[in-house]
Amino acid sequence: MRETKYWTWHMAAGVVILFLLGLHMLIMHVGGITHLFAPNGGEATSRENSLYRDGSLFFLVTYIVLLGVALYHGLYGLRTILFELTLKPAVEKAVSLVLLIAGLGLFGLGAWAAFATHAIAIAGARG
Amino acid sequence: MPAEIDFHVTRFNPESDQAPYVKTYQVPVRAGMTVLDGLHYIKENLDPSLAWRYSCRMGVCGSCGMLLNGRPMLACNTQILHIATTDLTVGPLPNFDIIRDLVPDLMTMFEKHVALKPYIVRADQAEIDDPAGEFFQSPEELEAYLQFTYCIKCGCCMAACPTLATDARYLGPMPLAAAQRYNADTRDDGRRARNQLTGSSHGAFRCHYAGECSRVCPKGVDPAKAVQYLKRQLVLDYLHLASRKKPCAKLHGPGQGKPLTNITPAPARTV
Repeated sequence: MRETKYWTWHMAAGVVILFLLGLHMLIMHVGGITHLFAPNGGEATSRENSLYRDGSLFFLVTYIVLLGVALYHGLYGLRTILFELTLKPAVEKAVSLVLLIAGLGLFGLGAWAAFATHAIAIAGARG
Repeated sequence: MPAEIDFHVTRFNPESDQAPYVKTYQVPVRAGMTVLDGLHYIKENLDPSLAWRYSCRMGVCGSCGMLLNGRPMLACNTQILHIATTDLTVGPLPNFDIIRDLVPDLMTMFEKHVALKPYIVRADQAEIDDPAGEFFQSPEELEAYLQFTYCIKCGCCMAACPTLATDARYLGPMPLAAAQRYNADTRDDGRRARNQLTGSSHGAFRCHYAGECSRVCPKGVDPAKAVQYLKRQLVLDYLHLASRKKPCAKLHGPGQGKPLTNITPAPARTV
C-alpha cells in the first residue's frame, strides 16, 4: 500500500500545482490586465511589485508549498519512469533514496531562498 | 478461385537458432479461412516443423493468441481475408519469451495471476469447511464484475501493453483485471489482501491508460477499465473512504433470497 500512498499524494500535488500555477499565470503573465498582487502599478515583475510579494507571508507560504508539491510531483514522476526500466529491487531502492535526498536538498535550498528574500523584502520595507 | 497469400511467419528454435527469423510460405486462401487454418495448411503441406499452440478452434480456450499483422489476435478467431490481401505477418505474442516459433512462454503471466489470488477469499472458516450453501447476489451485483469474467487468459492484452514492454515486473492487464473481477464480487473478502500486490510499485499505478489492452481483447473484457477501477479502490482504501461492506451472507437451502417484486407470476400448471 506504500505505492498507493505515494500515488495519491502525487495526484493531490498535481491538483495543488494546477491551482498555484494558475495563480502564477494570473499574476505574472496576465498581470497587465488583472494587476493582481501588483499594487505599485506597471509590470508584475518590477522590483517594487516583486518586493511587495516577497514581503507577504501569503506568498512566502505559497512559494514553499509550490516548491514542495512541484518537487514531489516531478521527482515521483521521474521515479516512475526509471522504475519502468525493469531495475533490480536494490537499484530501485537506491533510486528512491537518491531522489529523496535530491528532493529534500532542493526543497531546503528553495525554502532558504524564499525565507531570505522574505527577510530582505521586510527589511527593505522598514527602510 | 482461392487467393494466394504470403504468410511471413516468425521461426525460432532456441536449440538451434541464435535469434528469431522470418520464413515466407505461399498459402491458397478461400473466403472464411482462418489464420489457424492457414497455419494448418503450412504444417500439412509445406513445413511440418512449424510449431504453434491451439486447442478449441472457436475463440474459447485462448491458446492461439499471436501477433497478426502487428496486432495481438486469436488465430482461430481471425479470418485471413479480413486482415490481409497479399501479405500476412504471423509472429509470437511480444512481451513474452518464445518457447518455439509461435509459442510464447505464458508462465510469467500465470505466475502474476496466481499471486493475485484469483478466487473467492473469505475470512469465515465455516464457509471454507462447509461450502454446500448458496450466496445471495443480485443481478446488479453480478453486473459489477461480469464483464471481467469473460477473460480467457490468451495473453493478447499483455502483448499489447506498452508498460509491460519496458517493465517486465509490471503485473499487467490480465492479472489486474482478474483482481478487479474478484474485488468487485460481493461474495469475496480478499480485496485488502490483493491490495498488497495491486498497490505495489509494479501494480495498478504503473498503468498509463494507453488502452491497447482493451482494444485487442478478443472477448471485450476491457482490462483498462478494470485497472482504473482498481486504482480508485486503492486510493479510497488508503484514505479510509471505502465502504466497509461485509461479504454477502451464505444461504442454507432454497427460497431464502429476497424475491423480486416486479416479476410476473408463472401461469398456473395445466398438467
